[in-house]
Amino acid sequence: MTISAERPADVEADTPPAFIEPRKGWGGGWLSQHVGTAAVCGFLGYILGHWLGNYIGSAYPYIANSGQNALAVLLALLFMVVGWLLGIGALNYPLAKIVGREAKGEVEYHGWTKYFRYNLDHKVVGIQYVVGVLMFFFTGGLLAMAIRTELLSPTTHVFSADTYIKIVSEHGTIMMMMASSIVVGPLGNYFVPLMIGARRMAYPRIEAFSLWTFVAGYFVIFSALFFGGFPTGWTGYAPLQTQAGPGMISYLFGFAVISIGMMAAGFNLAATIINYRAPGMTWSRVPVFVWSIIATAALLTLASPVLLAAGLFGILDKTAQTAFYVTEHGGSSYLWENLFWFFGHPEVYIMALPGFGIVGEIIPVFTRKPLFAYRIAAAGMIGVALLSFFVWQHHLFQSGINPDMRPLFMLTTELISIPTGFIFLVGMGTLYRARIRYEVPMLFCMAVYFNFLIGGVSGVFLSDVPVNVTVHGGFFVLSHFHYTIMGGLIFAFFAGLYFWLPKMTGRTMNKKLGLWHFWTMFVFFNLTFFPMFIIGLLGQPRRVFTYARDLQTLNDFSSIAAFCLGASFLIFVANLMWSQFIAPQKAPANPWDSLGLEWQTATPIPPYNFERIPVIMTDPYHYSEVGAPALVDSGSGPPVHASTASNPDPASRE
Amino acid sequence: MTVEGPKASEENHLRRILYIWIALSVVLDLVFWFAIGPHIPPGRMTSTAKDNQFDFNVLMVIGLPVLIGVWEWLAYAAIKWNAKGKNTPESVGGPAAAGNKRAEVSWIVITTVVVLFLAGFGIVALYAGNGSGGGEGPNPIQQPAGAVKAETDAIQGTGSWSPNSNEVLPVQVIAQQWKFTYRYPTFGGFESPDLILPDNTQIAFNVTSLDVIHSFWAYQLEVKADANPLENNVAFTKTEQLGSFEVRCSELCGIWHGAMFNSGQVVSESAFMTWATNTESKNAQNTKNLPPFAWTYVPDANGAAGGYYPDGNVTPYSTVEIYGSKQPS
Amino acid sequence: MSKGGRLATVTALFLVVVGLVVWAVAALLVPGVPGGVVNFTDAQAKGQPVHLTVQTVGSIGFGAHPTWVSYLVQDPKTGKWVHDTSWELPAHTVIDMTVYQYDSGSPLRNQEWGQVLGTIGHSATLNGKTFSTYNSNTGNGVGHTFAIPTLNISVPLVGVSGNPCAVAPCHFNSPHNIETFSFKTPGPGSYNWQCFVPCALGYLFGNGGAMSTQNYMGGELEVVNQ
Repeated sequence: MTISAERPADVEADTPPAFIEPRKGWGGGWLSQHVGTAAVCGFLGYILGHWLGNYIGSAYPYIANSGQNALAVLLALLFMVVGWLLGIGALNYPLAKIVGREAKGEVEYHGWTKYFRYNLDHKVVGIQYVVGVLMFFFTGGLLAMAIRTELLSPTTHVFSADTYIKIVSEHGTIMMMMASSIVVGPLGNYFVPLMIGARRMAYPRIEAFSLWTFVAGYFVIFSALFFGGFPTGWTGYAPLQTQAGPGMISYLFGFAVISIGMMAAGFNLAATIINYRAPGMTWSRVPVFVWSIIATAALLTLASPVLLAAGLFGILDKTAQTAFYVTEHGGSSYLWENLFWFFGHPEVYIMALPGFGIVGEIIPVFTRKPLFAYRIAAAGMIGVALLSFFVWQHHLFQSGINPDMRPLFMLTTELISIPTGFIFLVGMGTLYRARIRYEVPMLFCMAVYFNFLIGGVSGVFLSDVPVNVTVHGGFFVLSHFHYTIMGGLIFAFFAGLYFWLPKMTGRTMNKKLGLWHFWTMFVFFNLTFFPMFIIGLLGQPRRVFTYARDLQTLNDFSSIAAFCLGASFLIFVANLMWSQFIAPQKAPANPWDSLGLEWQTATPIPPYNFERIPVIMTDPYHYSEVGAPALVDSGSGPPVHASTASNPDPASRE
Repeated sequence: MTVEGPKASEENHLRRILYIWIALSVVLDLVFWFAIGPHIPPGRMTSTAKDNQFDFNVLMVIGLPVLIGVWEWLAYAAIKWNAKGKNTPESVGGPAAAGNKRAEVSWIVITTVVVLFLAGFGIVALYAGNGSGGGEGPNPIQQPAGAVKAETDAIQGTGSWSPNSNEVLPVQVIAQQWKFTYRYPTFGGFESPDLILPDNTQIAFNVTSLDVIHSFWAYQLEVKADANPLENNVAFTKTEQLGSFEVRCSELCGIWHGAMFNSGQVVSESAFMTWATNTESKNAQNTKNLPPFAWTYVPDANGAAGGYYPDGNVTPYSTVEIYGSKQPS
Repeated sequence: MSKGGRLATVTALFLVVVGLVVWAVAALLVPGVPGGVVNFTDAQAKGQPVHLTVQTVGSIGFGAHPTWVSYLVQDPKTGKWVHDTSWELPAHTVIDMTVYQYDSGSPLRNQEWGQVLGTIGHSATLNGKTFSTYNSNTGNGVGHTFAIPTLNISVPLVGVSGNPCAVAPCHFNSPHNIETFSFKTPGPGSYNWQCFVPCALGYLFGNGGAMSTQNYMGGELEVVNQ
């Protein structure tokens, strides 16, 4: 086998970090580091922190008067997270280096226990993220069912007013924390190295750290329920956050932890995509999913620090009685609003972009057509990422901001709909004269277009300052962001999951259950959220437990549909359990006949992905193209289906 | 089946889609504009309500063809361009399918033009509508004539308003946890839990908060302005119809946020004058106990009740006692 | 493992995990009326005025938050003091309310609430003397208010001097003020009531803590047809 002259000399020498075999006796047993030790160390840290907080703070007037100690909660959660990370082994390497010792390589575990440990294989981390994301989603979803139950009647109250506000806040925060990593975490981490022809991530330890931090963030935000919850909604406006009880610390610190995980994940992905592309993979041959991930990674890395700083100020205000957000003492309630939304707007594009990437990746496979206007897709992602930093004050149009800013941000917000529209051009172009195969992933992708269209157009209404007076702060904007985030991102996530699970686990998902899941989810999603546009126009504000009586019919319709939507996820869970664990069917290596590089590996994927680093000759979208170049230089890397490039009809190959 | 040349069938599809799109867009736009548009919330009770209803309708008329276009394309693709059936056309691969300069450039140009038009339209509407009923902060730019004078007079205590005088009526909205109250500076600065407004008058709402962030949303008046502590957020509208309206808080402010609503009335100018002067004299005793009218109210640092209005520095300011500790005996 | 065995294991694990989350979430969410509703509808014949007696205390002295200020209500049937702010009242009926106020006071943040609003006769009595407005900058200030915001009802509860009672329920041997007033309930519905004095010590602007938690300084009036 000859090596192509393009290949850099040191690629052969690119070996993964040194793994050592488990030690006999100690290694692999209960006393090694795993989720159990992490939980124990986390618990011990919690106790230590709580005691320390009480020791330091009990005498302070505000703590003595209120009977609640926010400082103790802060230190408890802080030590819990540090204990958790120590217990899982995420800090072993940096600690050893800090102390100046030679860091031992990480033990390599095999078998099912590796999923419960700190693991440097990006594929294991990807699957761990799937579990983490589903945990968040399920909890947030339960809380959503509780919200819709309360809103069945404007007079009969299922929950007390303070409990209801706790539920609303917890639901929003958990979902936003999850949504920021729902695609980047599981699918980004799993598939980016495979798609760019790399054997590993640039920083496997940082990647694993981001996962375990993400899971720690779940426990922190969940702990809010134990501390009396927090009353501010996911937006955490000051000074209500300063007035709130210790549950607010769970929110502020939870976001701090999640933002650290986001920075780690983004940084790692960006470095990997920039530096670890296989030889021949120029920027014009990078899969569109990878483009979306690098645009997202830029946002993750640059926007999350602002949230961390904002959260830190909030924590100081609550524990040390500083006045960053308290206007009467020299601070400003506007400071939190601006810091939060400066992060918050890139945050929602962190959620939207990976969804665009997934649909761009999946649609060519099921239309058997190349991706239309590939360069425009990439430009759209970069354009959205860039512009997303210049629109944040559209959340503050009526807040009393400088009125000169209103026309300016209206303009920038309208402008961002141009690159956002590019993904529609790309999708519609790819659908043109296609031969669509209605597999479950394809259905979810088409639903993404349907839903995000509604979400996007409603966004144009919100960006218009006069109409914003009608629609801000009510159910219209609520429906807008559910359409874009849930209708766009979550549907895209399911598309990606159904598409890629056969490669991740080697087991296909049941198609019939998948179709049931899709149709029930799509229909009930639209039945739940479309009436909310009308409810919002008719004057119902957000986060209220009571509303005008004539809106009850619409609210009830929405609630019943929401219960059915919740039930539709059970179909997915049943499918997941059945297909993956109970009665698994072995999946072929490339069940969808995709030209993507990640599909040209065997199933299960070997630990270091590729026997030989492939040399890339073209982009992976030459479907139905007679005489198209092969994706990979023959003689290097894995074999590519010779027939795919010349025969457009997958059925004839069987 | 006769195999049509690719060019011909290509044009057929596109032409068919275009005609259907034009037909549907025209019909739905007309139906919307004439049948639904006049009923779009929040109604036509004030100048801002009318203007913003118009803006909404314009946006909808532009948005409907976009929605129809994409949905129609998706439906057409789902029905016509799927893999089943014998008469489906060949799928198109190769460079022609991977991009089409004309389509790409037209898309970019058209979306840019539409977007820039919408931005321009919004800016014009914002200026023409004197801020469109949204809160502009303490130094509003888009204001009706006479607003500056009315506001300056109000704060200096020399403001006055009478029916048929075309003067701007300043009304202060005080948001606190969890009720809105209102002060009328041109009537001695009395405070009332009722919001009564005169018809056919420019109103300047001055919205502030005594504690956390609230938002004053007068639904039928089409006014929405956040209430921030120590900030005066000014919003304008002109009442044009009699009737009642709902005020709801639209920024989460704590446990009873959902219960923070009241109704208000737009009455004739003479009826308003009667009500205002009567209430002014009825409340005279209590108004003496209120702090002098101001755009914002500074809390006293001391005391469980805070004495949030300035109290003439009876109790010395103390940084330690700010969080509601009891006053020293 | 056989398919049946896998099914059993997966189902069991799933139910355990789901059960844990559901239990944790459900256990921490307080129902609409944490202590149940105190029923004032059955205590008298239809149309007769309802006697509603409450007390306000400076620190409740028991429960999850012993340092918090609170209302307590006297159960009409047993005469016992109950820590509950959800009261069921008959519609379109006069409510004669008596408040035993045991807490100290201070100047009001918004002197608007120094007026007696929305009661029958637009006045209330304070230790037997009728009044319609109280200047909170005088005397012992105002300790709390009883207000039903959506019905525009508000009555200031004047503060006491001396050593306030520290553990509820309080009795007449502690310094106290007795206030009475009457109002009429509207049609059926749920109406929230609250105190308008920011009296939650230790919280910014005094509106966190007891002011933001059901059963302390705010509650619901469940008005029903008798």
